[in-house]
Amino acid sequence: MTELNNSLIHQSAAALSAKLIAREVSAVEVTQAHLDRIADVDGQVNAFLHVNAEEALAVASDVDAIRAAGGEAAAGLHDLAGVPIAVKDLIVTVGQPTTAGSKILEGWHSPYDATVIRKLRAAKMPILGKTNLDEFAMGSSTEHSAYGPTRNPWDLDRIPGGSGGGSAAAVAAFEAPLALGTDTGGSIRQPGAVTGTVGMKPTYGAVSRYGAIAMASSLDQIGPVSRTVLDSALLQEVVGGHDPYDSTSLSDPFDNLVTAARTGNVAGMKIGIIKELHGEGYQAGVENRFNESLELLREAGAEIVEVSCPNFQYALGAYYLIMPSEVSSNLAKFDGVRYGLRVLPKDGPMTIERVMGATRAAGFGDEVKRRIILGTYALSAGYYDAYYGSAQKVRTLIQRDFDAAFAQADVLISPTSPTTAFKLGEKLDDPLAMYLNDVATIPANMAGIPGLSLPGGLADEDGLPVGIQLLAPARQDARVYRVGSVLESLLEEKWGGPLLAQAPVLGSSSTIAGGSK
Amino acid sequence: MSVDTIVSFEEAMEKYDPVLGFEVHVELNTKSKMFSSAPNVFGDEPNTNVNEVDLGMPGVLPVLNKAAVESSIKIGLALNCKIAEYCRFARKNYFYPDTPKNFQTSQYDEPIAYDGYLDVELEDGTVFRVEIERAHMEEDAGKLTHLGGAAGRIQGADYSLVDYNRAGVPLVEIVTKPIEGAGSRAPELAKAYVAAVREIVKNLGVSDARMERGNVRCDANVSLRPHGQERFGIRSETKNVNSLRAVEHAVRYEIQRHAAVLDSGQPVVQETRHWHEDTRSTTSGRAKSDADDYRYFPEPDLVPVVASREWVEELRATLPEPPAERRKRLKEAWGYSDLEFRDVVNAGVMDSIEETIAAGASANVARKWWMGEIVGRAKVADVDPAELGVTPQIIVELNGLIEAGKINNKMASQVLDGVLAGEGTPEEIIEKRGLAVVSDDGPLLEAIDAALAAQPDVAEKIRGGKLQAIGAIVGGVMKATRGQADPGRVRELILERLGVQA
Repeated sequence: MTELNNSLIHQSAAALSAKLIAREVSAVEVTQAHLDRIADVDGQVNAFLHVNAEEALAVASDVDAIRAAGGEAAAGLHDLAGVPIAVKDLIVTVGQPTTAGSKILEGWHSPYDATVIRKLRAAKMPILGKTNLDEFAMGSSTEHSAYGPTRNPWDLDRIPGGSGGGSAAAVAAFEAPLALGTDTGGSIRQPGAVTGTVGMKPTYGAVSRYGAIAMASSLDQIGPVSRTVLDSALLQEVVGGHDPYDSTSLSDPFDNLVTAARTGNVAGMKIGIIKELHGEGYQAGVENRFNESLELLREAGAEIVEVSCPNFQYALGAYYLIMPSEVSSNLAKFDGVRYGLRVLPKDGPMTIERVMGATRAAGFGDEVKRRIILGTYALSAGYYDAYYGSAQKVRTLIQRDFDAAFAQADVLISPTSPTTAFKLGEKLDDPLAMYLNDVATIPANMAGIPGLSLPGGLADEDGLPVGIQLLAPARQDARVYRVGSVLESLLEEKWGGPLLAQAPVLGSSSTIAGGSK
Repeated sequence: MSVDTIVSFEEAMEKYDPVLGFEVHVELNTKSKMFSSAPNVFGDEPNTNVNEVDLGMPGVLPVLNKAAVESSIKIGLALNCKIAEYCRFARKNYFYPDTPKNFQTSQYDEPIAYDGYLDVELEDGTVFRVEIERAHMEEDAGKLTHLGGAAGRIQGADYSLVDYNRAGVPLVEIVTKPIEGAGSRAPELAKAYVAAVREIVKNLGVSDARMERGNVRCDANVSLRPHGQERFGIRSETKNVNSLRAVEHAVRYEIQRHAAVLDSGQPVVQETRHWHEDTRSTTSGRAKSDADDYRYFPEPDLVPVVASREWVEELRATLPEPPAERRKRLKEAWGYSDLEFRDVVNAGVMDSIEETIAAGASANVARKWWMGEIVGRAKVADVDPAELGVTPQIIVELNGLIEAGKINNKMASQVLDGVLAGEGTPEEIIEKRGLAVVSDDGPLLEAIDAALAAQPDVAEKIRGGKLQAIGAIVGGVMKATRGQADPGRVRELILERLGVQA
């Protein structure tokens, strides 16, 4: 990726890493530049729920001291040491509040670090703060946050996607070079698509979920958010790997992701278009950019084939049974007994049930309640087989569809989201319309396979970013990075630079040279 | 709290046939908890043996304790169960403050062990086979203490305290099939079944098996049906009956209560009952119906448990001899009568006797010491006989001194007191207390002559051949010598003195 300019906030993580290792810049300078940017633009974007300036600068200063001292300690520093990062506020952190975007956890501090946070600390990556999200990661617009919506840096009247709108917007607005997100049905990839950033949902189990507040345990996965494909690969290498605290984390080593991203090549590869994931219901501008990407890949030597995944038509329905079922159980612990909000009933007897009820009534937002009720119903005796049971069968069928598709193609490709960013409030009263945003991203969660979204250009009709999704079989995360990096460079060559260079300038500071439309 | 009407047990038995069922929860004694690395220790300060997993903090995940799975498989094997090659955990969802996640991680339709049986021996030796439906793994809940209300119940309490030390302690729940045909022996069988399960898990070393600490807890299901009826009656489930005696009493009480309800023409209410040791009765708990909806679904945070056949066979090879078989073997080897052996078992000294025999004592000597000397002292000291401080070596040593004629039984008992009082070795105590047997016949003969002179009629009887009368003279001599004489030698000398052939 060509750099936008020399400003520290416009660098990729890989470029920052190189400059830090070469001691061209200090980690404190890099971190401070991002903290300044947050101070400058986050009033408009609202990507951050908490800014962790003091600790971030302390970590940066530590990195600088180690580098200055040289020797083994300096040689032992991680390549990304001193490269700052933002963390979705669903991931627990010692020393900073974790809210999950909910009133029910307002002011709560975790007594322990998530495994991914321990890994960031071990790599000495300064944590800039915690980013906004739809409450408990339930939503596609970040409008369901109890702390106000995040705005899309491309158009502040539009949504940044969700649930990880905060992480995507922070990266798109150059408030952080990297961020962590979580993806249950598209919460990393769809925000990536609508903000012109890169988002990766790794193979289920590739990154430990320990410390990610569970939404739907069998679907949740932590993953990287960045501005380049290589940066996502670098970050996944930091946070990935087996964790004894997560039984579902995978033990087998994966192919090196960074190498894959650096040595991308699609010549002779078969890339499959999923018949069911484009065309009808997809915005024309999205479809155009998608076709353009296909053409570039074809020109680069890939063979484009069409595959059919007939059971994908049931994916959304099955997802909206499995996910809320797990939600109804995972969110039961938020009851006011041990931590977080406690609300006493206004009148009537003061029983434990009524305190729990009053707490949950006051602490959860409508979308969370909607899903808890849906899931409670789906798991009820007499309905279990028809709902949860059938949905699990659909899940198996989706996995089989993928198996069949991957027998015909090395990777699959689709638009990440059917539309570009919509206006704030536009779908807030229409849950079903909101849910449809995830129609192309949900199958990967249902099958546990890796999925990457990268910028595919701007839609002709609204000039807003379009995302391209690449999918590979489970454990083949390297393959999506390999193809993703090729497509990224082909597109950037066509655009004459990164897509974000075309984004409108934010903030009061006039020192930002690049980024004009 | 209304008092239930009951009929006499005999009356109940005349009309009705009891059907029983038990759910026995066994707390495993693994080092750490079922799904977290927190210590599994009883009796510590509340909420100290907990970490973020046990407290159900946001973001935590469970990790299954392999040792707990091994213990569960061992229990399954000891109960003659099949061991599932593949099984999963499930979430049992319900809101209650002793369950930090508001769901319990348990096994639902895929227990690790199933289809077994346990042969239970009643006191008179009758063997009754109890079919085991399943044994499944789950986590214990925290412990609630309700304060300010009546009877320590949550209803009406001012406030409740919760100790999560117990939350996440590994449990195996053993569920029987309906037990039919016990008839009037149902209460006895209930006690014997729970005792047998307790003994098995203790013998396996997988649980401390202390009922007073709740290591083994029993829920007893009872229903009655008129004689001749095949269909089961409506059951009640008496929760947490936590001593063997209470199990027997609770089953007996419920039979009497059900009979009274049925006699009155009312249906039995399907409900949980609470056992009260003080009144030896149950009271109504929560109404329970089969429609209780726990919204079970497979636990997505855990991977399935795969028990390879090789692993199961490895574990089977480590199983100790089953307690019932061991008892049978030892009874035969020791040559005790039924009564003698039962007393030994009931006194809890079978293991000690086995060790004493291994240390060199004969079976009868070992029994004489443990049953005659040690059990009584243990009772006074309120400890288990094995914990009194008498080693098999001491018994062998004391017995050797008796056989060598250095001390008699009465002295040996005093030496034992000395040993327990920490006065030193038996030899040292004999020396200090001056307990040596009087072996010089001179003083003995004097005492014998005095005793014969004091009871001339008895002396005459002995001369006349009534040897059984000799006891009175021996007794007089022993009294005169303050027990320091060897009664055998005294007897010999008396006969010699009177010129009688023994």
